This record gives sequence, C-alpha cells and structure tokens, in this order.
Amino acid sequence: MKLQIATRHAVFAILELAAHDGQMSAGEIAEKYGLSPNHLAKVLRTLGREGMVEASRGVGGGYRFAGNAKRLTLLDIMQIFEPIGVPGAGNSEPGDDTDEGRALRRVTDEIEDITRATLSSITVDTMLKIVRRTRKGAARPGG
Amino acid sequence: MSVKQYHIARICYSAAAIFNLAKVMPHHYTIRRANLPDLDQVVSLDARVTGTPKPEYWRQRFESSRQPGSQQYFLVAEQDGRLLGFTLGEIRAWEFGSQPCGWIFAIGVDPEARLERVGSDLFDAMCRCFREAGVTKIRTMIARDAQLVMSFFRSQGLMAGPFVQLEMDLES
Repeated sequence: MKLQIATRHAVFAILELAAHDGQMSAGEIAEKYGLSPNHLAKVLRTLGREGMVEASRGVGGGYRFAGNAKRLTLLDIMQIFEPIGVPGAGNSEPGDDTDEGRALRRVTDEIEDITRATLSSITVDTMLKIVRRTRKGAARPGG
Repeated sequence: MSVKQYHIARICYSAAAIFNLAKVMPHHYTIRRANLPDLDQVVSLDARVTGTPKPEYWRQRFESSRQPGSQQYFLVAEQDGRLLGFTLGEIRAWEFGSQPCGWIFAIGVDPEARLERVGSDLFDAMCRCFREAGVTKIRTMIARDAQLVMSFFRSQGLMAGPFVQLEMDLES
C-alpha cells in the first residue's frame, strides 16, 4: 500500500508529537524524518484545523498533540489526506459493467475492507507501542 | 515445539497454571478461574455485550474447562461478588497446520467497568495460563467491523498472523 506524501508527513508528525509531552517545532520533526519543512508546515496546519494538533507562536513556540491517543486511529489521520479503503471508490472504468468487472470489483473491495478495518483498529497509542517494540527488536543482536 | 514436548508441557503445566491463577489486582478485583455460580453473570454480561443470550454454550464451555487435563481456560474478573469481565481460551494444536497455540475465543467486560484495565488484566492472565502451559503464540479471530474489540487486541500487541479466514454461503 503506497501512501501519499502528505499522509506520511501527517502520521509521522502525529506520532512524534504524541510521543512528546511538550512542544516540538516543525523543523525538528522535518529533520528527523527527512521531510520538506514547507510541506510539513502545510500538513500541520491541516491537522490543526482538524483539532489533532495545536500550534503556539513566538519564542519556544511549536506544535503539540491535541488528540486522544487511545481514540485517534490511523484511519482518522489518513483519510484527511486521501480516500482510504472505500469500497467501490474511484471513477467508473472500462469493463466495470461486465461480469468480469464486477467480479474484479468484489475482490478489490475485499482488500479495501480489510485495509479499512486494519487502519481503524490501530490507535496512535497502539502505534507508539509498535514503535517501541520495533525499536527493541532492532536493538537486539541480530534483530 | 515437538509433539512430545507439547504433551509433556501439557501434563506438567496445565494444573499449575489454573491453581496459581487467583490474583487480587491493584484495582481491587480478583482474576480467577470461573466457578459454577459465576455462570449466570457470564451469560448475562455476554448477552448484554453481544445481544445474543447463549446459556447452553457457556455451560458447555464451563464444563469443558473443568474436565481433567482440559486445555480450556475460563477466567473471570470479580469484585465483591460482581462479575466485571470474563475470558475464554484454549490451547489447540495442529489444526489448520498450526503449531500448538493459545486461542482466545471470547473476552467481555462490563461496559461500566471499562477503561479500568479489567480487559487487559484478563488478557494478561490468559497469556500467563498459555505461557505456563508451554505455548508461545496466541491467536484470536475478530469480526472485521468489531472495531472496539479489534482495537483492544491491537493495543495488547496482536498483529495480523499468517492465516486468512475464508468462508462461503452454501447453496441450498
């Protein structure tokens, strides 16, 4: 599954901010993940409008996570930036009205369903646990 | 784990896992194996959560869990006689080509006792039973639209496994 750049920026920003109690600047987040600071700033503004992050201006200003980490899911974040796992999504394409087209749609809809179920079951808090487990696994010799 | 190792572990550990289970949790409730008087409350809580009363199912599961050598674990969280939650699991081996693993068939928590770690403590207790019985893998199956339950198991660390569940309607 290939995510759009803005979606990846948003997920990284939310995870980074949720993992920290205080504020972080867009520059700090951009540097860690090798992101474009300008693009990240736009994404953060969008997340701010959605109430997921809060910004403060001035010296020491930055962003902080404003959501509920145990409730906010990957799907909530991702679907702001792109349609995710919407069965039957997209424009009508040649062949859609044939039996073969409908059969193909059944299979692709199954995949979309699973994608949606997966992303809607993983909260920010769960993602941070997965990050910690991944870090531990990587730290083990041969991990 | 070989077949022989699995059976040795089964004989050695299953009794110990059950009888060492009763534990008072920091939140002042007890996690222990289910007793007959718990059954009505389990049936009632399950019916509240799922919308379908299944008294016969739970009675059979309870009786199976009490058979000598049973690898079924039927645990409850109880506080002053009030049932806060329950879970049912079993060690199954070689079905679907799977090595021995612990299946969690059901977990239910009183909606009024949620967000107090009851589900997590029941899950941990079940994992302890499985671990002491010698298995190192747990599995469950969740309806795709049961977001709350799926989020719960995800938060405990479960990820998609190597099996895919398939089904079809039989033509009459």
